[in-house]
Order: sequence, then structure tokens, then C-alpha cells
Amino acid sequence: MIRSSLAIAAGKLARGVSRLRGGGSALPGLVTETIDPQVLAHTLAGLPGGIVVVSGTNGKTTTTKMLVALLRAHGQRVFTNPTGSNFTRGVISAMLAEIPLSGRLDADWAVLELDEAHALHFARAVSPTHALLLNVARDQLDRFAEIDQTAQLLTRLAEQTTRGVVLNVDDSFISRIHGSVGEGVSVAWFGVDPSCADLLPGLQEADVRDADGAAALPDSADTSLLLVHDERSFTVTGSADVGPVTLQQRGLAAMINATAATAAARAVLGETFDAARAARTLATVTPPFGRGEVIDVDGHPLELVLVKNPAGFTVALGTYGNEPVDTMIAINDNYADGRDVSWLYDVSFESLREQGVALTSGVRGWDMALRLQYDGVPVAQVEPDLDAALERFLEEHRGRPTRIFCTYTAMMHLRRRLAARYGLARFGEDAQ
Amino acid sequence: MTATADGGEPAVSKGTVHLVHLYPREMSIYGDLGNTRALASRLRWHGYSAVVHDHHPGAPWPEQVHLVLGGGGQDSGQARVQEDLAVQADRLRGLAADGVPMLMICGMYQLFGQAFVTAEGRRLPGLGILDVTTTGNPTRMIGPVVLDTPIGQVVGYENHSGATVLGEGQEPFGRVRHGQGNNGTDGTEGARTGNVIGSYLHGPILPANPALSDHLLELAATRATGSWEPAEVDDSIAEQAHQRQVRRLLRG
Ligand SMILES: [Zn+2]
Repeated sequence: MIRSSLAIAAGKLARGVSRLRGGGSALPGLVTETIDPQVLAHTLAGLPGGIVVVSGTNGKTTTTKMLVALLRAHGQRVFTNPTGSNFTRGVISAMLAEIPLSGRLDADWAVLELDEAHALHFARAVSPTHALLLNVARDQLDRFAEIDQTAQLLTRLAEQTTRGVVLNVDDSFISRIHGSVGEGVSVAWFGVDPSCADLLPGLQEADVRDADGAAALPDSADTSLLLVHDERSFTVTGSADVGPVTLQQRGLAAMINATAATAAARAVLGETFDAARAARTLATVTPPFGRGEVIDVDGHPLELVLVKNPAGFTVALGTYGNEPVDTMIAINDNYADGRDVSWLYDVSFESLREQGVALTSGVRGWDMALRLQYDGVPVAQVEPDLDAALERFLEEHRGRPTRIFCTYTAMMHLRRRLAARYGLARFGEDAQ
Repeated sequence: MTATADGGEPAVSKGTVHLVHLYPREMSIYGDLGNTRALASRLRWHGYSAVVHDHHPGAPWPEQVHLVLGGGGQDSGQARVQEDLAVQADRLRGLAADGVPMLMICGMYQLFGQAFVTAEGRRLPGLGILDVTTTGNPTRMIGPVVLDTPIGQVVGYENHSGATVLGEGQEPFGRVRHGQGNNGTDGTEGARTGNVIGSYLHGPILPANPALSDHLLELAATRATGSWEPAEVDDSIAEQAHQRQVRRLLRG
């Protein structure tokens, strides 16, 4: 424990220094971890409730935020890592802000968003009590070279989990993990009700996941299924139905995230889970930064939609594609975007054909226009410079609902500009 | 096997060209199916009809084949196609020797070579259509690429762990101007024998390099119809995308 305190003190110091320099959020965590790799274990293991990890390729941030809200609505004190710092070091950095030198967190539960690539590293230090595993999709980021490898990492994470695992019944890479959980560990499920399975085409990429056969049919008592009523409203069925709910955030992806969060809240809270309270809570959760965020541009909505891999872009298009909204697409290829833009060819853009795309932008704006050309989608303009593109897009589409699909660094850039103009919350400031 | 006619057939077709994509489920990672779609679209733009045959393991071979494509895959994907590839080996060698144009990317490029030697030293034989040998390598070669090739500069993106060495007298597909290429040391990328091209370039390679696309189509359409009568195609967007990559990567 002394060593832990020392590590935390050193980390806090580093945190102060890196803040003064305006540096990144991973440094203080790195300092602490170097001194005491067990710091996570020491600090988190003492929590009276447990440790819930949320992992998978798409939807981690939104789902984590919803799950935290659900647990807090049930009177639980929850520690969580802020949006976008989902590496082990980010978790430590977040803890440093909240814990006294004693190393005790003032919380019942930790609910942590874990990057797949870092899930194993985390699980080596700490055994989660619960794991919510969302999906495995090929991410465009170069560090996830192989989809099989990602599935393996999540399987290992499930093996390390001590009390309950929540799995996606519709993703065979995830559902087959049920065979790997430890003895006495409960398995709960979430998914899309078969009656609305037709909403899912394209959600799963054309890869080899189906070749290994289907998962065992889950027990309905432990299953939370998404029943979609219309574009905005849905119910999560299960032991007691949650809904109808209308989320702050639009789209099928958000509904699936809400279903996953509900299943995990049921697994964590057990008997004390209150369906009516859960429905009220889900309706109040605001979208995390960049996930379907709506910016008020002189009284008209501008939606910023982060796209980072084929499955995510496909879902976003399926949600938004047919609505009459003026569209811009901004594609960068920095490391944080994924340097390879090949993945754009694993997305079908046909739903944009009728409406067309007003503008493509970013370092790979011309490549995006080329991709659209091959899907027969008309592109009015190409302007690689993001500032010039945004200026023109807002000017020429004044007074109309607009939407920008963008990769990570393009989104950061555009949001900074929009924040300056329309007074948005600062980065990382995500009102709870 | 499924055969799908590409939509929007021209009013008067100059002829029908049959494309085969080998193992689209197992071997088309990183958008390699975009190559097949690009060729089908371009055939239509040039006034031809295109039929795309998705060849899955165990399926019968299509009756007409004018061009064969293959892409990259994961190890599990390669393992799944190995058996069918052995069944089709003689046929593919025959078609290659007969001049059928083929484009094999990444994993399929490796399988078209003499052998793949695993990191543990196990030698897995390939089809031997291209005289190349690939050795498993712990460090991946990843990043954007520019090549000089006989049909002009080619841009793409490589992502492979195997290091490939050309056999004596084997022609490469191109010379590396930016990137790693076959092995990161000898400046070669890919391999080319007759009308068969192997390359590590994703991107996917064909949409951003229309000259390469039309080179393959010329060979395929000539086989199918006896001649190649291209139409005027507006490639200005592709040229912008292409030139920007070349400029940006060769600047440094
Ligand atoms: Zn590759």
C-alpha cells in the first residue's frame, strides 16, 4: 500500500506538470504505472460493488455512459473513465484526479471503457467482476491488424471475469465466448429482437465469422432484446420490459447500445433493477462528444457523426441515409483516423445516391469523392482544406439541416472551429 | 457460386466480360472487393456488360472466365481456402499460362507464389504461378506506397507481415518509390508474369489507379470479344486522388 501511495503521489505530480504544459492525458498514468503496475489492482479491488468493463469495437463510449447513468439512477456511486481515455493509463490518469493518497476511491462500482487492444493488459492487473462485450468489427486503425486477434483478446478478458459476462447474441465472434467463461460465472445476453432483424443488414461485415457455426440459444430469462417501434422509440424486452424509450441520441446504433447497457445493468443490479427507472434514465442520457452530437447553427441542426470503421459507417448511413439532409464527408488519414482508407470500400454508400453529397473534404477528400463515384453518388464539390470546406458548407446550406460524417482528427478539427463560432462545451468536458 | 450482372447495362453492349473473384468472404480484407466492383463499373462505363462470379470454396468453377481477382485475408481465411485452391490449382495454372489476366493482392499474391515459409520454418507450398517465396516475419510492413511500374506510377497501401523474395529472373510488379514493398530491402514490389500480377497494395489498388484497371480490362475484353473499344471515361476525380498521394509521399 505504501508503494501504491507513492505511485499515486508521483502520478498526481506528473498530472499537475502535464496539465501546466497542456500535455496529453496518458502521461500521468504512465508515471504511476511505471512505479506500481499493481496500482489499478490495489485501488479498484477495494470497491464494495465491483469492476465492470465495457469493450468491443463499436459503441463503447455511448454504452459506458448509459450504463453509468443506469447504475447511478439506482443509487450506486460510480467511478468511470472519461470519454476517449480508454487505455489502462487513461484509467489511471482518471483515477488520479479523484483519489486521495490513501488510494481509496469514493465509489461502489468502477465502470470502465476498455480499448480491445488494452483489455488484456488491464485484465492482467485487475480481474473485472463483470464484462460487457459489444462486438468485433475490423477497425481501420492499423494496430488492430486482425479481427481474429481482437476476438481472442475479448475472449481472454471474459475468462478473467469473476461474476458475470454480458454478450451480444447477434455477433458470433462475441456469442461464442460463452463457452470460455469460468465456472460459476453467469452469462447474460443482449441483441436485436428477431422481429426487427431486417434492420441489421450490413451491420456484420462480409468476413468469415459465420463459418464456425451459430452460438447456443440463450436462456430468455437472461436476455435483453431490442424491439424497435419507430425511428425514435423502442423497448428493451426481458424479465421486465424497459420502455418505450426515446433517446436523446438518434439512430439504431444508439438503441443497440442502450440495449447492451440495460442488459449489463440487469446483470450488475440483479433484483434491485427497476425497469421504469431505467427507462426514465435512458431517455435523459446526452450523446457523448462526437457521437451524433447536434450543434445548433442559427436555429438549424448540424449533426457531427464520427465514423471510424466499416461497420460503424454502415450503421450510421442506415440510420441517416434516407433523410433529406445536406451532407458533407471529411476523411483524414492521420494515425488516429487509421492511415489506410481502404475500409471505405467495405461500406455501401448507395443510400446517399438520391440526395447526393454536397462536399467531401479532409486529406483524403478526393479519395472519398472517388469512392462515392463508384457507388454512383453525385458529389457537388471537393475541398480538401477542412476550414474552407466547413465555411463553404455552412454558407451554401444556410437554413437547412446539415450533417457531417467525419473521421476522428477531422472531427476534432471541425468541432474546434464550430466551438469557437457557436460556443460549445470544451473538449473532454462532458456534462454528466 | 453466384453470378450477378452489374446493374445498369448499356443500351447496346460491346460484349460481356466474366470476372471471377476468388474467395470474397475469406480473402478480401481491407476493401479488396473494391477492385472487383471498380472493374465491373468501368466495364459498364466503357460500354461492356460485366458478370461477376463470386467463387466460394467447394463451388463449381464458372464456365466463362476472362479475368481473375483475389485479395488479402487473415491466417484463418487462408486456411479455409487452401483445400479449394489445391482443387483449382491446375485450372488456375492453365488459365495463367493461356494469358488470362489476374490480379492477386496480399494473401492471394503469397498463395500464388512458390511457397510460404512460416516463422517456425514450415514450408507451405503455393501455386507456383509467380516465382516468389514468402517468409513469415514478426514485424508488419504497413503504410502508404508509391510505385513506378511499366504502366505508370501506382499508389496504394501495404499491410503485410510476410517478406517476399523474387526468384531468379522474376519480374517485379514495380519499383518502390515510397514504402516497403516485397521485403523492405531490395526496392521491388509485387511480381508479374505474363498477364498475372501479384502485389501487396490495398487501397484498394484499382479505383485510384485507373490506368492499371483499364490495362487489365483491355486484356479481359480482348479475350471475351476479340477487341477492346474503350469509351471516354471521366477519371478526373481518380487523377486528383492519385496525384495528391504521389505528391505528398514523394515530397519527403
Ligand atoms: Zn495486406
